[in-house]
Amino acid sequence: MALWTFFGLAQGKATTPWPRRGDADGQEGVLGMPRYAPERCQSGCTDCAAVCPTAAIAPDAEAPGGIPGGIKVDYGRCVVCQLCTEACPTGALSPSHDWAFGVRRREDLLWSETPVPAAEPAPGQRAFRRSLHIRHVDAGSCNGCESELQALNNPFYNLHRLGIFFTPSPRFADLLLVTGPVTHAMLAPLRATWEAMPEPRWVMAIGTCAVSGGIAAGGYASGTGLDGVLPVDLYLPGCPPNPAAIIAALMTFQDRAPQRVRGGRQGGRHGE
Amino acid sequence: MNGAEVTTVPCARMPEIARELFAGGGRMQMVYAWQPEPDTIELRYVASPPEAGRFLIWRCRPEGEAPSLAAIWPSLGWYEREIMDLFGLAFRDHPEPNRLVLAEDIPPPFDGRAGVPSPRLTARAGDIPRTLPELDAPEVQTLPFGPVRADVLESAEFTFFYVGEQILHYHPHLFFKHRGMELRFHGLTPMLGTIVAERVSGVGSVAHALAYCQAIEHASSCQVPKRAQALRVLLAELERVYNHLHYLGHLANTTTLKVGEAEGKLLEEKAKQINARLTGSRFLRGLLVPGGLRRDLAPGDWLSPALESLRAETARYVGLLEHSDSHLDRLITTGVLRRHVALDQGATGPVQRASGIDRDLRRDHPYAAYADLPLIVPVRSEGDAYARSAVRAAEIDAAIAVMQRVLLLLKDGPVRAECRAAPGAEGLGWAESPRGTLFYAVHVGVDGRLARVKIKSPSFSNWRVFPFTVHETNMMDYAINEASFGLTVAGCAR
Repeated sequence: MALWTFFGLAQGKATTPWPRRGDADGQEGVLGMPRYAPERCQSGCTDCAAVCPTAAIAPDAEAPGGIPGGIKVDYGRCVVCQLCTEACPTGALSPSHDWAFGVRRREDLLWSETPVPAAEPAPGQRAFRRSLHIRHVDAGSCNGCESELQALNNPFYNLHRLGIFFTPSPRFADLLLVTGPVTHAMLAPLRATWEAMPEPRWVMAIGTCAVSGGIAAGGYASGTGLDGVLPVDLYLPGCPPNPAAIIAALMTFQDRAPQRVRGGRQGGRHGE
Repeated sequence: MNGAEVTTVPCARMPEIARELFAGGGRMQMVYAWQPEPDTIELRYVASPPEAGRFLIWRCRPEGEAPSLAAIWPSLGWYEREIMDLFGLAFRDHPEPNRLVLAEDIPPPFDGRAGVPSPRLTARAGDIPRTLPELDAPEVQTLPFGPVRADVLESAEFTFFYVGEQILHYHPHLFFKHRGMELRFHGLTPMLGTIVAERVSGVGSVAHALAYCQAIEHASSCQVPKRAQALRVLLAELERVYNHLHYLGHLANTTTLKVGEAEGKLLEEKAKQINARLTGSRFLRGLLVPGGLRRDLAPGDWLSPALESLRAETARYVGLLEHSDSHLDRLITTGVLRRHVALDQGATGPVQRASGIDRDLRRDHPYAAYADLPLIVPVRSEGDAYARSAVRAAEIDAAIAVMQRVLLLLKDGPVRAECRAAPGAEGLGWAESPRGTLFYAVHVGVDGRLARVKIKSPSFSNWRVFPFTVHETNMMDYAINEASFGLTVAGCAR
């Protein structure tokens, strides 16, 4: 008979002190959203837009800086495939480790020369700082987001220590966490889950599919994410967002950490 | 079709061919439809030969309707239903011609003449919605569970008909998540198709992209450089390791072995962190491309010791599981899948290898650098939940051994070759994913863009098999049995 209790004790503490202390977020090497530096763009070049599979980068007649034939960048559609960074001849789009992209407003994910100030949390959200219960609904993901959500409860991230819990019943949930582009068949069950939640209730779109439809958007079976389906309080694009990005987004939602991204850019540690 | 031997036959001959294949010991893998021209449907039957060798494909163009082969190869039943849904083609004498993948009665989305009333639609006996058995027995209880289930899980609905603890009948509905991924490939360049393939099943990103890239490479007859072939093995085995570690942790969760669950999931996390450190992606995405790899990898001095440490920790963990009576008691004799059921219904991967069927594409139809590597393929014969977990545990060890070999033999060199598919080219690609046999059949249009991509995913096969191990068992074992199959819904629903 195996002595699991002794084994567990002998293993010692596996949980990272991050985000309370230090920077051991477990994401060494993880590539995030490509960084955009429009001043490096060549006039008339749209090589990046040509390879972008989700039109996160699209040609724009009135691009930032007034470059004719330039591009506009929407990180809410980015699936982090890195093709633009390979296609770009000048390094205007470059690989980065910027993955903490949780924002309160959809427009914060659009690259902008002049970002607007971050939105304030909705009234009442701060009251859930010490205890937040989440109901997750998979509305047609590839299972990548679920894999990372499941990882939140592994000993390394140990989400419970932050007072954040997954709950089986929407009746006990404060926050609805949605993954996937919202397939036609999942639309009704998703709405029913939201309607079963007591108020106040909030919604978080996890992963690029839930934000904008991602790679599966449109077609005969898929929607284009949560906009127009449910009111969204926090958007976190990523394909999939890693567990640390999800934790950072949850803490932003609770107003325990500032929103790092505005105008499609990061100001915090991961944006340096 | 490059990658396989193609024979053109009349559709009426297919039942005879199917019976001969069965008698000869071959195995039907899938049937799919595509439209070479807007007015034409062509069926392609893909089979494994009895012995190692090239895959066999029969193609035929049905007039009106096609004969169903589901009575000869039950594993084809779902493929035929999917074709009925997506192309509006009817199959004569299908035992269960109900709708499968579509959520609603819509015109067949793959019909190239969208908007034009289709004669094929009328040939089909109308849309038959999904049905559940009707019971006139008050003592039998019905439990619909899902599509939103407890915990962080994929959406699917399971209906149980049960008396007390005994399950009489079980019916899964797995296509709430149908995204229409195969149609997402249409019109893309072959290079961009890789990005879509990586997102069909997140935890199978490498296997899907690899099978897809190999299909394009077969269509283009391009040679992938040696270093890229070796690194592809490394990526595919890294994917197997983190998937199997997750599997062991999740299985321990269902037997309520809490520390065992925590340890399995911690090891999975360590594996994913190794993935990220090596490739920039915890899911090993963004590297594969038709012709090789998008960029070279520098495994560095750290990778080999990191893998050895993971192997040693896993061996210790598996040893503890092997000595946990409470865990073993729940696995042994649970959810037994007999060998002949596994064969008939098309079980694949570790599931079939736990039921005594010794098949593995890496060895039987080698791709990437597998032909040059010593590969151990663990097989067991019990067919129960224990056998399925033991096969996976042994595969972790074997995978790490293969990776160490790759690292030892890795030579410098280019990692990408030019790979352009000619207009009208077609190719079959395959990979042994962590969950089993994965095929991609790819047709390139006259414009050089993707005209049809068919995915045969292992979870589509194993979900078809799974209910056969649930009937006549009890509710207490259900979650354990389901976990022991290691299924994904995304891979099944696509």
